[in-house]
Amino acid sequence: MKGLHIIQKLGLLIFLIGLGIFTSSSFFGEYHFTENAVNKTFSEKQLDNIGEELNEKMVGKTYNSPFALATKIKAIYNTKNEALKANQDWDNVMYDSPSNLSFAALQNSSQGLFKTSVGLMFFLTFGLAILGGLMYILPTVVTLGPKGIKNDGIYHSSATNRGWIGYLTFIYLVTFYITLYYYPYFVVNQVGFVSPISESISGNAASQWFLYGFMYCVVMLVMGVKMMIKYRHNKYQIIRTLSVLFFQVAFAFLIPEILVRFNMPYMDFKNAWPLDYDFFFDWNIDSLKSSGNIGLFMLVWGVALTVIIVPVMVYFYGKRWYCSWVCGCGGLAETLGDPYRQLSDKSIKAWKLERWLIHGVLVFAIVMTGGALYTYFTGAQSVLGIDTYDLQKSYGFLIGAIFAGVIGTGFYPVFGNRTWCRFGCPLAAYMGIVQRFKSRFRITTNGGQCISCGNCSTYCEQGIDVRAYAQKGQNIVRASCVGCGVCSAVCPRGVLKLENGPEEGRVSDNPIIIGNDGIVFNNLDA
Amino acid sequence: MGKHVVIIGNGISGVTTARHIRKNCSETQITIISSETDHFFSRTALMYIFMGHMKYEHTKPYEDHFWAKNRIDLLNAHVNSIDFENKSLLLKDGKTLAYDDLVLALGSKPAKFGWPGQDLDGVQGLYSYQDLELLEKNAVNAKHAIIVGGGLIGVEMAEMLLTRDIKVTFLVREENFWGGVLPKEDSQLIGQHIVKDHHVNIMFQKNLREIKADENGRVKSVIVDETGEEIPCEIVGLTPGVKANIDFLRDTELEVDRGILINEYMETNIPHVYSLGDCAQHRVAPLYRRPVEQVWYTGRMMGESLGKTLAGKKTKYTPGYWFNSAKFFDIEYQTYGTVLNNTREGENTFWWQHPTENIGLRLVFNSSEFTFIGINVYGIRLRHELFDKWLNEQQKVQHVLEHFNDANFDPEFYKNHANAILAAFNQQFGTNITAKKKSWKRIFNLKAS
Repeated sequence: MKGLHIIQKLGLLIFLIGLGIFTSSSFFGEYHFTENAVNKTFSEKQLDNIGEELNEKMVGKTYNSPFALATKIKAIYNTKNEALKANQDWDNVMYDSPSNLSFAALQNSSQGLFKTSVGLMFFLTFGLAILGGLMYILPTVVTLGPKGIKNDGIYHSSATNRGWIGYLTFIYLVTFYITLYYYPYFVVNQVGFVSPISESISGNAASQWFLYGFMYCVVMLVMGVKMMIKYRHNKYQIIRTLSVLFFQVAFAFLIPEILVRFNMPYMDFKNAWPLDYDFFFDWNIDSLKSSGNIGLFMLVWGVALTVIIVPVMVYFYGKRWYCSWVCGCGGLAETLGDPYRQLSDKSIKAWKLERWLIHGVLVFAIVMTGGALYTYFTGAQSVLGIDTYDLQKSYGFLIGAIFAGVIGTGFYPVFGNRTWCRFGCPLAAYMGIVQRFKSRFRITTNGGQCISCGNCSTYCEQGIDVRAYAQKGQNIVRASCVGCGVCSAVCPRGVLKLENGPEEGRVSDNPIIIGNDGIVFNNLDA
Repeated sequence: MGKHVVIIGNGISGVTTARHIRKNCSETQITIISSETDHFFSRTALMYIFMGHMKYEHTKPYEDHFWAKNRIDLLNAHVNSIDFENKSLLLKDGKTLAYDDLVLALGSKPAKFGWPGQDLDGVQGLYSYQDLELLEKNAVNAKHAIIVGGGLIGVEMAEMLLTRDIKVTFLVREENFWGGVLPKEDSQLIGQHIVKDHHVNIMFQKNLREIKADENGRVKSVIVDETGEEIPCEIVGLTPGVKANIDFLRDTELEVDRGILINEYMETNIPHVYSLGDCAQHRVAPLYRRPVEQVWYTGRMMGESLGKTLAGKKTKYTPGYWFNSAKFFDIEYQTYGTVLNNTREGENTFWWQHPTENIGLRLVFNSSEFTFIGINVYGIRLRHELFDKWLNEQQKVQHVLEHFNDANFDPEFYKNHANAILAAFNQQFGTNITAKKKSWKRIFNLKAS
């Protein structure tokens, strides 16, 4: 035991070193900005505009951090563009992202350790973090003691009870997402570390999205191991975790990259609209239409997934088939996010907010997509005076990036692990409506065995007050339930069971608590 | 304004009574008095607060706005005495409170048996929120705890203390764990789990003689009665059971024995005074039941009946067949019907245990008719509704086993033990029962449409 604890501590240290090297890679490097790099990075139009200034001020110089080079390029680009706009020289105004240009410029001028020793750097970042993580996690098979519920000390730890470690994690995650979306040039080196992997799968150099996808898989796999050890007495949890890991690695990560290798459109076959909110954007439809039979198949599959497969599966199994077995967002929430599941707000107020927000996002997604299709088929740029491209852009920014990423994952240590799934995901909203009104899925309450202890509600990541139903002997039929099964797992009295059964009697408005023969309830208000 | 019902005690009994008065009558003025906590919490969840699974607020079954919404007044006060004649309560702060109907839902307190040193610092039971706070204090710097009495609360306390790396030794009077309640094999399954998997030291057939103090009046050791052995410790947990919390009512006109004596309407000997839950004792035990039942479910069910009565719909307390559940460290336990530690005359019994896992099953049935009498299960979850139905229908044990898959309530993908159990039963009793496939129709008794 003592030896294992030492291994764990060492693992934590190694993990932190790996994470530290990974993070600090954003602030170092050697970037020799040559004419060659300029030509590789910028288009002719861009060079016409700023080529001269780049040559004059930057070419031939060496920069020691991504930030140093990127700020220079951005300054030159923005100054020129402002001037062009001021002169109303609309033919020459540029509409590119200076951040992305800086990212490319950095890639094209990188030298030194980060360029020549990619393998070493991969080991010192990902390698150490994975190794350390596993050294910390694997000994828990023994250190956690006999199999069973392992929630000791969750509310005593500052990592899982909104203490300083929790808030530090929160700041790190939020910063990471903002960097990834808006300042990708800060992760140009880390992208380089995984580029050989990208090249071996798709044949292309990695982008920041490849880095994100790779990290996503690695984090899910390592934390998935932790999840499976923690719940190793519970087969439902183990099989479900294996399932989300499979769908993430195969469907979200590998298959789309392989498709690219064979010059087919990038597609995540399990990602259903409206979660996959850009599926009906003109560029995607055009790309699919121009890709022959496979493209056509993808188009039909994408529509069928949303219109037929999703509701039929929800009817038979509840939305858990997607949220807790297939979905990538759900997968990250159930692995990386598992230590934070207890932080979701269980109050009625939160429930009200949830219903407004999630259905609001669904309406937003439908309107936005409707506009996109309207423009696609009619060619008209705007509906009722609203520019449909603006609508798409604002959805992408507000929902796709800020809500799903920055808030959805960044806020794990503060609001719990399913913030996006509960308050924001339009697909979850759609499936929730089906689950609530037309499904065989429910959580059955076992007669009168509930002791109102509150474990179920506390560990419900979706903030459902499970106990409120269980103590009344009522089945839990709720739109938001993702069927993770943890309420049932943590129940000390065997009161809760996730079941797919007949629709008849599923919603028990008149529950009878078994055991008291003299009592039949009619009224549930108090 | 309706009559004023005052309920002393905000545990499950008192709160259920209040809720059911309000369900059935909107007029009645309801006041719940407690000096333990401002709000109702789940007593059974105290252990989870200590172990860091939950915080106190999570153990409250209703949000704080519930009480005002349902017009149930909460009063944090301590009742010193009751003037039954003038229908008035005298509170600790000197104030009085008048009632029309009084409900005594006073709960229990840890039983102590006059052991020398039983009131020393570091010696405690575990029942109230204050006991939990005390245990937090006592656990600081403690290395070794002695728990006297191996029952449900004792196991909880052991589990709690182990999470703080405090070693635990049990002194158990019986020769098996919880042997006054569980049959031998059942006890051994639990006992071995506690000893082998969780490294708790259990000393069977040992009683406490004395608790010794250090120079500061804190516990420093206990003396085992049988051997005279002195065991050093910093905490002594007294968990040999609980007794009714009614000391301030003894020697009043209220009739009490082990608890406050009540009839099937929870009426005491004094008009307009009722009692229920842990502190009550039936003059005549209800069918299938014992006169005093200190369990959550009993308090809740009595409250359901009494609430209706006080709302003007006089309702007898008619509990159904016995059921209960618990968790011993990692082993979940459920029971339906009657299983005693020793089989009674005319009863037969069957025990099945998984060869490697902590899973077991005990059946008790009539030895000539094979009528099903009761079941204990460990590590298997069963549907309460079905067992209640089968008990009411006086089904044979063959029927129970044949339909065991209907009753299984384990999470999906769990290994099904029905066939192993049936094979063992068939072998032992020369029967030829086969398990039917699970049928939703039978489970919900759906009528063919």
